[in-house]
Amino acid sequence: MSGEAWVTAGLGPGGLAGFEVVASGALTLLQDAGRPGYAHLGVTTSGAADRGAYAAANRLVGNRPGAACLEVTFGGLRMRALRTAFVAVTGAPATVLVHRARASAAPFESPSGYAFTLFAGDVMEVAAPTEGLRNYLAVRGGFAAEPVLGSRSADVLSGLGPAPLEAGDILSVSVEAADWPPDAFIPPLLPNAGPVRLRLTRGPRDDWFGDRGWRALLDSLWTVSADSNRVGVRVSPSEGGVGLRRAPGYDGELPSEGMVAGAVQVPPSGHPVLFLRDHPVTGGYPVIGVLTEAAVDRAAQLRPGDDVRFIETRR
Amino acid sequence: MHIRRMGESALLAEVPDARAAVELYGRLRVDTPEWVVELVPAACTVLLVFDCERIGASQAGAWLAATAAWARGARSTSRHESEPPAPASVAADPRTRSGAVSPSEPVEILARYDGPDLGEVAALLGIGVDEVVHRHTGQLWTSAFIGFAPGFAYLMGEHEPLTVPRRETPRTAVPAGSIALAAGFCGIYPRASPGGWHLIGTTEARLWDVGRAQPALLAPGTRVRFVRER
Repeated sequence: MSGEAWVTAGLGPGGLAGFEVVASGALTLLQDAGRPGYAHLGVTTSGAADRGAYAAANRLVGNRPGAACLEVTFGGLRMRALRTAFVAVTGAPATVLVHRARASAAPFESPSGYAFTLFAGDVMEVAAPTEGLRNYLAVRGGFAAEPVLGSRSADVLSGLGPAPLEAGDILSVSVEAADWPPDAFIPPLLPNAGPVRLRLTRGPRDDWFGDRGWRALLDSLWTVSADSNRVGVRVSPSEGGVGLRRAPGYDGELPSEGMVAGAVQVPPSGHPVLFLRDHPVTGGYPVIGVLTEAAVDRAAQLRPGDDVRFIETRR
Repeated sequence: MHIRRMGESALLAEVPDARAAVELYGRLRVDTPEWVVELVPAACTVLLVFDCERIGASQAGAWLAATAAWARGARSTSRHESEPPAPASVAADPRTRSGAVSPSEPVEILARYDGPDLGEVAALLGIGVDEVVHRHTGQLWTSAFIGFAPGFAYLMGEHEPLTVPRRETPRTAVPAGSIALAAGFCGIYPRASPGGWHLIGTTEARLWDVGRAQPALLAPGTRVRFVRER
């Protein structure tokens, strides 16, 4: 399910050549606030996986909300500035390294959460985060690309939007920005002390698992599996735990129904899938609960091997 | 109709079947308040995603229930007797806000009945190949909902004489434009993908084009007639 719809990243409308990609890292994508309003046509909202960190990156450089950023998955992005640029990196705690083009200038190192200036020829690198998974790189003006259905987000499920970055790509920068940056720095995520706690509301299909299944979800310790991506995060029971079992009488199939980001869907294996921003618009497994908006952002920073606990929140 | 909460900003309305779902969906599209983010019909539900900073779940649910009640009323009484409910936040006149669903002419799809499973479908139904084609072209289909891929519409027939199960072994590659049957629905693959439906024909119609004002040719509620290409 991919291929033909990808459009090439790079020089977008009204932009100036701003950066050359030296190394793309494992996966770096253009993301904005997504394309809501098309789910009935089979198109998911997509957009930045960690909405809070994405919005913060734009605030640090004084962009308008909705400007496109780079979403860097587990570091490894290196790019050369082709002109002066005011940039910021937010999200997972990670070190940003800048090798200055001017021989006499000392290299520069910054944690995520700050904005700084690059000059033409400088090479910046986002290192792999010490915790978490995703970083957001904003440039004042925003990255330019041809919008598809009103958004510059790369949707990995249906292949809409700009292609993943590759070495050699030239990234263009738009010249539209807002006023002065409202924030000077964004505090990083606090280090994990024990399992990551994700808040969720109960239902809509909690009846498929009964009170016993709901308690099992909340009481168990879960571990993030390796096969997780922007579509969803898979978790499995930690050390000797068991998957969720359906309540008596619920062994049939659920007709497909609309899905939302944060839906905790339980396939027959009993190992939940936490839907992120590129989730399918409909799904045929029962949703036992739905993460809060803040928990969806936190889930987007989970990496394989992280331990997770679910906490019920009442609305 | 039963309404279930689905997180902080969504409600799931349960209805008896796909026909009821697309009917409710059509009503909800007539006079849609601005706080509605998504309306997603499916096999027997309609999902409402709302902007939780602008409206609470109980008010969103009240709009859903009131619109559904009016839809049921409209079916049993004549048109001008049943007026839509007018929630305080929206205009009372449904014509002031553009709806996506219109009772316009059916979309005609030129079809070649050359699918590799045409014979198997005929055998499963115990009829001849010509009769399969006759039944396929002889009824009006309605797009009930979209799933699986952008623009992949689940089409319901007026009658159900073409109901076959999915193939026992799905194909790893189904060409774009393939017309297929499974589970009581007809579908057309908008682009090449894996697929488990029975392929009965092909079309050159462009089902999905992000460059168009209406990217999906067969948005939910759209009526479709298949015309055999000569």
